[in-house]
Amino acid sequence: MLKQLVVIMMASVLVNNYVLSRFLGICPFLGVSKKLNQAAGMGIAVIFVMLVATAATWPIYTYVLYPDYTYLETIVFILVIAALVQFVEIVLKRFIPSLHRSLGVYLPLITTNCAVLGVALNNISDGYGFAASMVSSLGCGLGFLLAMVLFAGVRGRMEGADVPKPFNGIPITLIAASIVSMSFYGFAGVVDNLFA
Amino acid sequence: MKNKKLSILLNGLINENPVFVLVLGTCPTLATTTSVVSALAMGIAALAVLVCSNAVISMLRKVIPDKVRIPSYIVIIAGFVTIVQMLMQAYLPSLYDMLGVYLALIVVNCIILGRAEMFASKNGVFDSVLDGIGMGIGFTLALLSMATVREVFGNGSWAGFAIPFLKNYTIPILSESPGGFFVFGIMIALVSKLGKKPVKQEISCKGCPSAALCYPEASVNKESEVAE
Repeated sequence: MLKQLVVIMMASVLVNNYVLSRFLGICPFLGVSKKLNQAAGMGIAVIFVMLVATAATWPIYTYVLYPDYTYLETIVFILVIAALVQFVEIVLKRFIPSLHRSLGVYLPLITTNCAVLGVALNNISDGYGFAASMVSSLGCGLGFLLAMVLFAGVRGRMEGADVPKPFNGIPITLIAASIVSMSFYGFAGVVDNLFA
Repeated sequence: MKNKKLSILLNGLINENPVFVLVLGTCPTLATTTSVVSALAMGIAALAVLVCSNAVISMLRKVIPDKVRIPSYIVIIAGFVTIVQMLMQAYLPSLYDMLGVYLALIVVNCIILGRAEMFASKNGVFDSVLDGIGMGIGFTLALLSMATVREVFGNGSWAGFAIPFLKNYTIPILSESPGGFFVFGIMIALVSKLGKKPVKQEISCKGCPSAALCYPEASVNKESEVAE
């Protein structure tokens, strides 16, 4: 059991990194990665929302939608996640203002992030139980944070670089992302041999 | 008059190509262009959802109260995505498996919500359908061109048909994830060079059509604070 959880964790942080190998959550990855502290803030907010979203959508799917209404998962999940994020934001604002000040800006941005909906849907399609789903969400969120922080560092170095004009802006950012993604490519076999 | 209709249709193909010029919908663009077949399937699925949701949203644009418009759009879009999912599962199960979670993720594709917010909510049904077709075809063509590069050079084939003389000279990493980012970067640079249009500098909340969704009051200060 524990072994399975460790494998899920490692797989979702390193091997199937949501941003760099599954291409989920690319918009915030490219948009909010300019400064290290913003990248970290966004990453932490994503971990938080992923955990909350999974904690809500897994029971809803398992006890309400399954087995008769599974085709409703897309509609129900997106609505639940959107409502939940709004709710969490209101609660934070009211009761933990300091946390709201540091994470609040990022929370609504994540509502329609495909990584969050993706993790909720993937947990169901992979057939994970509740504990495994939560671990996988945590892993995906940590993987997102890791990718954001690494990429913020890379972009800091790129700031003063002299790039050909057509590549200036998004193209060179994408090519840098490609090289960061290549580094994660090296983790491909890690999980298969973890307990071998 | 006829010219105006034509320009609505052509707008999405070239001038405002959603992928290479507006840089929207990056996730499916990178994820489904490993092969021409999956790119085409993704493009057509998104096209169908875009046309239907644009039509329904423009029909209902006077009925939906302004305050709840974004949630209503999401429900309409999610409804059509579910229909497309069910049709594909029934008639094209192999494609359904190939696209996997990305099919459901059309719901959060910014192109679709963006066109609902920017075009369908302000224009008539016919124009909105034309806009949907134009943007959808623009999206499909962009995916196809990227998939062609990645499959031909990465796998030595096109839509599954092997290209004989390329078989021994493939660059397999192009069909893997790093190649996705790389080819996408090159394509945007190429389009901006050929189109003589300045390339978009930044993906930020200002250009994002779902910004209204994140900040219903459209508080510009908060947005620029996050992604300047």
